Parts: sequence; C-alpha cells; structure tokens
Amino acid sequence: MRTEPTGPTIGWDVVRDVSQVLEYHFMVNALLAGGVVAVMAGLVGWMMVLRRETFAGHTLAMMAFPGASGAALLGVPAAWGYFAFCGAGALAIGRFAGAERRSWSERSANTGAVQALALAMGFLFVSLYGGVLGDLESVLFGNLLGVSDTQLLGLTGVAAAAVVALAALARPLLFASVDSDAAAARGLPVQALSISFLALLGLAVAATSQITGVMLVFALLVAPAASAQALTARPLPSLGITVALGLLVVWLGLGISYYSVYPAGFFITVISFAVYLLARLFAVALARRSRERAPAASRPGPRRGVIS
Amino acid sequence: MMMAPQRASSAGAERPAGAHGPRAAVAAVEVRDAAVRLGGQTIWRELRLTVARGEFVALLGANGAGKSTLLKALLGLLPVASGQIRVLGRAAGEANRAIGYLPQRRTFDPSTRLRGVDIVQLGLDGDRWGLPLPLRWGRLGERTRSDREQVWRAVEMVGAGPYARRPIGELSGGEQQRLLIAQALVRRPGLLLLDEPLDSLDLPNQAAVAALVAKICRERDVAVLLVAHDVNPLLPYLDRVAYLAAGRAVEGTVQEVINSATLSALYGVPIEVLRASDGRLVVVGQPEAPAHHHDRHLLADGAGDRHAD
Repeated sequence: MRTEPTGPTIGWDVVRDVSQVLEYHFMVNALLAGGVVAVMAGLVGWMMVLRRETFAGHTLAMMAFPGASGAALLGVPAAWGYFAFCGAGALAIGRFAGAERRSWSERSANTGAVQALALAMGFLFVSLYGGVLGDLESVLFGNLLGVSDTQLLGLTGVAAAAVVALAALARPLLFASVDSDAAAARGLPVQALSISFLALLGLAVAATSQITGVMLVFALLVAPAASAQALTARPLPSLGITVALGLLVVWLGLGISYYSVYPAGFFITVISFAVYLLARLFAVALARRSRERAPAASRPGPRRGVIS
Repeated sequence: MMMAPQRASSAGAERPAGAHGPRAAVAAVEVRDAAVRLGGQTIWRELRLTVARGEFVALLGANGAGKSTLLKALLGLLPVASGQIRVLGRAAGEANRAIGYLPQRRTFDPSTRLRGVDIVQLGLDGDRWGLPLPLRWGRLGERTRSDREQVWRAVEMVGAGPYARRPIGELSGGEQQRLLIAQALVRRPGLLLLDEPLDSLDLPNQAAVAALVAKICRERDVAVLLVAHDVNPLLPYLDRVAYLAAGRAVEGTVQEVINSATLSALYGVPIEVLRASDGRLVVVGQPEAPAHHHDRHLLADGAGDRHAD
C-alpha cells in the first residue's frame, strides 16, 4: 500500500520520527480520518455497550457488504450503498427486535436473522455482478492510507452530525437504556429513542467502515468503550477515557504501521485488544481491592457526601 | 367509617388526611367507577379508589388482579374504558411530572456500569434533552449545583449515602431498591406510585423499606400508593388499604377490608382471615390463579406489566 522505495527508519528522536510521519499528505489524512472516526465511534460505541446492543452494531457493520456490492452492481459510489443498507438494517433491527417487550435472547435471535439476510443479499449481489469485486479487500479491511481530502471532509461532516445528535438524545437515551419503564412513565418515547439510536449507530458504522473496513469497525466501536466502562462507572470520565483510548489506538496503530511492513488495521486492532485486556485485568484488580475494603468502608460512610 | 366499601371513596376524599393536616381539598388519586379493558378482556370495572394527600395506602390482591394495570392507568399509560380518573386534581397522564413512579422490578444487570447516584440523577433530568453544560458559575452553574444537591438529598433520605457512588449492578437488591425509591422521590412528587417495592427483598429489608416509605410519606407529606403481595410488613404504617380481586375493589382500613366477611364477599368464595398473636394477618382460601381468569392475566402481563429485560 505504501509507495516509498526504501522504508523510513525509526530512531530514538521522537520529534524526528513524528515529523517524518507527518511529511506525507496521505499520512496526515489518515491520522485525521482515524481521529475523527475514533471520536465518533467511541462515543456512539459507549452508548451501544451500555445498551448491550453490541450484536446489533456487529450486524450493522455487516451491512457494508451488501451495501458495497449492491452499489457496485448499480454503478453508484460505494458510500451510498453503505449508508442505504446500514439505515435499512437499523430500521429492520429496530422494528423486528425492538428493545421493548422482548427478551434479550429473542432480540438477538431476530438481529441474527437480519444479519443472515443481509449477508445473503451481499452474496447475491456479488454473483450478479459477475466479475471480481475489485475493492472487496477494502470493504473488509478498509483503506485508511488512501483517504482523499473530499472523503475526509465528508467523514468529518457525518461525524459532527452524529455526535451532535447523540448529545441531544443523551440523557433520555441513557434513561430509556437503563430504566425503560420509568422513562416511559415520564413520557419519553422509548421505542422511538431505541430506533433513533440504531439509526445513529448505523450512520457511525457506515462512516467508520469506509475507512477501517467491516472487519475492523469493532476495534474502534467496542474496545475503547468497553475498556472505559470497565475502568469507571462515572459517565463523564468514562466518555472521556473512551475518546482518549480511541485516539491512542488509532494514532499509535498508524504510527507503528508507518515504520513496519504490516498493515495499519492489524496494529489498530491488536492495540485495541491489548487495551481492552489490560482494562479488564485492571477492573478485576480494582474490584478485588474494593471488596476487601468494602465491609470497613461502608460503615462510617453516611457523614460524607451532600456535595459530591 | 366506610363499612360499605363501594361508598367509601367520597368519604375518603373529604376526610382530613389523618395526621398529615387538613389540606385534602384535592385528592391525590380519585378513581370513579373506572374500567380498563386489555385485548378485549375487562381487567376490572366499577373501580373506586381514593387516596388523600399525604396518605399511605396499600394496593393488595392476588397475582394478575390488575394492580400494576391500575398504576399504569393512573399514569395515563393505559386508557380507561369508562369512568373517570383524577390524579392530583388533573386527568390521568397530565400530572406525571408530579408523580414518582417505581415500576415493578427488575434488578439491574451486574454489568451495568453506572453509579447509584447516576440512576437517581436520571429521575431528575433523564427527560431533559441535550447535555448539561459543565459550568461552575452563572445561572447554569447554579442549576447544576442545585440539581446535585437535590439528588443527594434524595439519596440521604433513603439512607443510600454510603453506597450511592458504587456501580448499581454491584449493589444488593435492597440497596438498589432504596436508590430506585430515591429516583422516584428526587423531584419531590406529590404522589408516589410504588409497584411491589418489597418484592424480592428478604424479610429484614422488607421491614426496613416499608418503614422508609412510611417516613417519606410523613416527612415529605407525599401520598403513597404501594402495590404489595403481603400486607404484613406494612401493617404498622398504613392509613388504608385497597383490595383488588375478581375485577372489583374494596377499600377501607385494614380492619375493615382484611377480614373474613369482606374478602369472602369480594371473592365470592369463603375466605378466612387469621390473626396471629403478633398481629400478622394470614389470608386462607384465596383463589390464587383461578383457571377462568388465566388468559386475562397473561394478557395483562403481556400488555405491559413486565417489559421484559
């Protein structure tokens, strides 16, 4: 994917290493696109993990396959196919496997049915297309190093819209996620919120998978959010950690891949997995420590606390 | 008073609310000859119920008698087929901002990564759109601060201070229940609708939560309608009870309602009420889930008693 005849070398001079990375326009675009995706996927993913809709997110990611192959069949830009199928998928999951009135197992079964149908349609589109789907590899693994200025602009627009929409829905969505009966009694449209969030998730996944590919969406959607939630139960710090971890994972992965022969997606995914593993280990240690202290700590407590 | 329960509702409305002062001009809950139908089946009809301001009333009855359905009707979540429901002087559904509602529980998943205090906070601002600006000064900062104080006052009221900062999923059932009561309480409602708050608690916790609700009722002067299976943990605190069975209800004091004659008349079969030496009441012969009622109960559940999760 890289075009330099002789690979760049990494040294102990960090400033030189970084400026070497930033010399190339494609690297700058990759870092910016990766950063935008990390922020959006992190924030939307945080809510997804909290709502336990990871499987729905995975299903929406799979929508990129029929999306891209359908777009190729019709001769329209792949992005259109992505957004069309992710949007349709979000509605299908929302209608079919709505969060209300169904058990969790029934919902996941319905979501799985939607996923199977989508993959079958992608398969059909590929065989109708006849030829080899040229950029199947970029559907699966993305093309982070080939982000054009126009793509970067479009991605930033989508991400900004998604983040603003999420912020507007944040508290009712949180309420409906953890306590849907009480939220409904307060007059919140729980069902509509659930479908809106899936649509938002579809948007985020479609935008992200253009850059990182279908297979690697999860590195940025799940791992930073799940890690942050393992580390703290406080909402705002948890969101902050999610974004910070997402940026760390993307930029570190891109930086390492610049000096290596292996693709960026591999490093991004490996680093996010390592981050998740460390966070879980840390959470286990934290829980053990608080369990040891709990009997002593919970007794003299009531004096503390009128102001948090 | 109120020997004929069907006539009791108007008497209840005019009665000064026991020890809670005489401001009973508008009842907290007033149900007049209401009926609710779900899926073509009548859950109950000609239902009369009055809860005065500041009064503590238990709503009793067997599984599927329509107790949760009644709370939902009071919240305007289910339409009444006939009759009238007034809540805090307004039509059902219009006073919900002044009602603290505790749905039937539902414990939190152990993996829920939010603190107890966040759950309480959602009761205060969970229906506000947008995000709070994290300002520490000016009018908005003032609001953030007063919101926070209000949340902590509710937390302290239920005695959840020591564990309110821990993740909700790690807390015991009793601790979660207290925080959920704080959530229902945080907006200083005029009426608390509590759906089986004692369910799934062990006996000491049942007694403690019952005492807590009674304390809130007295100190905050809030009317409480509490759905329960077992009246015994509540006996020391109740002003009155309402008993739902066979699609009808009787209301009155504990002595007036929970006795062999009244319950036998309500169920239409002989019921025996025994009083243990410690004052506990045991109802014998109660038809728990009669076969011809079964479909109706399933429907009632399916139509919203339990939003499964």
